[in-house]
Amino acid sequence: MTPLGWYMGLSALLFAIGVFGVLVRRNVIVIFMAIEIMLNAVNLAFVAIARHQGSMDGQVIVFFVMTVAAAEAAVGLAIIIAMFRNRETTNADELATLRW
Amino acid sequence: MSPIAFFVVAALAVASALGVVLNRNPVHGACALVAHLFLLAVFFVGLDAQLVGVLQVIVYAGAVVVLFLFVIMLLNLQADVRSMVGAPLVFAAAACVGALVTLILGGLREPGAAAGTALAQGYGETQELARVLFTRYALPFELTSLLLLVAIVGAVALARKRG
Amino acid sequence: MELAIVAAKALFILLLILQVMALGVFFERKVSALIQDRIGANRASILGFAGLGIINTLVADPVKFLLKEDIVPAGADRVLHFLAPCLAVIPLLVTFSVVPFGDVLVIGERVINLQAAELNAGLLYVLAMASLGVYGVIIAGWASNNRWSLMGGVRGSAQMISYEIAMGLALVGVVLTWETLDLQAIVRAQGELLWGWIPAWGILYQPLGFVIFAVAGIAESKRIPFDLPESESELVSGYFTEYSGSKHLMFMMADFVEVVLVAVLVTTLFFGGWQVPWLARDGFHLPWGGSVLLPSIAVAALQVTSFALKLVFFTWLQIVVRWTLPRFRYDQLMKLGWKGLLPLALVNVVLTALAILLWGERVA
Repeated sequence: MTPLGWYMGLSALLFAIGVFGVLVRRNVIVIFMAIEIMLNAVNLAFVAIARHQGSMDGQVIVFFVMTVAAAEAAVGLAIIIAMFRNRETTNADELATLRW
Repeated sequence: MSPIAFFVVAALAVASALGVVLNRNPVHGACALVAHLFLLAVFFVGLDAQLVGVLQVIVYAGAVVVLFLFVIMLLNLQADVRSMVGAPLVFAAAACVGALVTLILGGLREPGAAAGTALAQGYGETQELARVLFTRYALPFELTSLLLLVAIVGAVALARKRG
Repeated sequence: MELAIVAAKALFILLLILQVMALGVFFERKVSALIQDRIGANRASILGFAGLGIINTLVADPVKFLLKEDIVPAGADRVLHFLAPCLAVIPLLVTFSVVPFGDVLVIGERVINLQAAELNAGLLYVLAMASLGVYGVIIAGWASNNRWSLMGGVRGSAQMISYEIAMGLALVGVVLTWETLDLQAIVRAQGELLWGWIPAWGILYQPLGFVIFAVAGIAESKRIPFDLPESESELVSGYFTEYSGSKHLMFMMADFVEVVLVAVLVTTLFFGGWQVPWLARDGFHLPWGGSVLLPSIAVAALQVTSFALKLVFFTWLQIVVRWTLPRFRYDQLMKLGWKGLLPLALVNVVLTALAILLWGERVA
């Protein structure tokens, strides 16, 4: 029976990897994938705590997080496609200005 | 979940997450993301959250990453030479992230209840989740369906060709 | 000991499925030949002995595939090129672990549930593995460095995710009827008798659901009439053009395994799975009064046989459908998926809910 602390540590580590990815990568799609990693790390923490407390609330929250993350991925990727049509690039540095 | 299984799956999950973040080729990164999400689903099933684990595979690994792959292929993204920021910024980011991890782990307290509280019969099963979802969380459920509608309409409106 | 039993069950179901798949390949050759009024491929001879006809060809074909040179096209992504056939086959094979192939087998005091993995959310697990099957197609198309493969791959994956939705919604009707996601519980519930003598198979409760699910299943497996992603006359071989040797064999195997998978799901959900009419755990209980008591091993053997026969029938049916109908054009295919099957599946859910509200005495 693994203690709760191990799951929290793993969740923190995965979250940190996600944050590192968002800070370091320039390709916007890879930044998006790193955001997904962060969301999943939080999901893991929720499920582990729910299991520890014996309540189902954590799992319901994970259900909602999944739904919202899917919606966010769809809209975010649509935004990226629209930007790519205008600027021909997915490099975050070149997309960083609001100027035309 | 037995400790050995935990360590094996955890090591693979960390490795695949690093694979997503450090890989130059976005398609390889997406494949690593699939592996990462699948391994997290393994964790969920090991934590007695069967429905959530299966939903993770259906929604995340089976739909969201397919969407990512479609976009990558639509935009024809190849492996990029300038895919990461310069080395000094990488070190700074790694230092910040290390501080973040330390902060999170340092802030953890001993959990209140004893480890391994006796689980209710049918914990993690579909009927239990549905019971809680449709009674206590009925309002967020309805709002989520509205959110999905808005997201679908928005995504289609943004991504279609003009003219 | 528990692990050994689970391993034995998993091995059994795997071997059963592979045998039915081999039978499916045989049917493909022979049934197609009979439909097209010809004899079939009977020219292969093993060491000069050509007497077995098509079976010689069935042995020679895989050997030929395995011995061919493995060519990776120049400029293709080697890792993904190697990974795609694995991603195509593994989710399909793993799905069979939740399929029940019998009721229980009583050995001594041990009651063995004849289902390799007893998941509470078994039906969703099947949908999850179907979702993972998309990756084989899309990565195969991308990794081949060939624009026709890419077209085939993108078409194939778009088709698969569209028909997945219709498939899932058709299954909602099944879940409403049987009130459980566990496949073994669904099959057990189909053993009840309607009006005392009709076995309550799923087809009686969900005829529209059966049609939607069968069509969506055939579309998922990219068989004719939905095989534009791999259409031989248009895209050479579609998304697996650039694959030779054993990788090509893996893709063909994925095709036939998916045929068997659709047959298995249709059998389990709509035609009683391993149920033999009027056969309970201890023997036959005929509706007109008689009963024949049988030992547990005989009952289990009868149930497994019934399951296998139904599987073979539905595999044969899919092959007949394949060689009878022409191919859909791609826009017709997508229109059918989104504007035809999806609304129909939603109507099915509403009708099922209405029927349960009005006549549902199954609600415990």
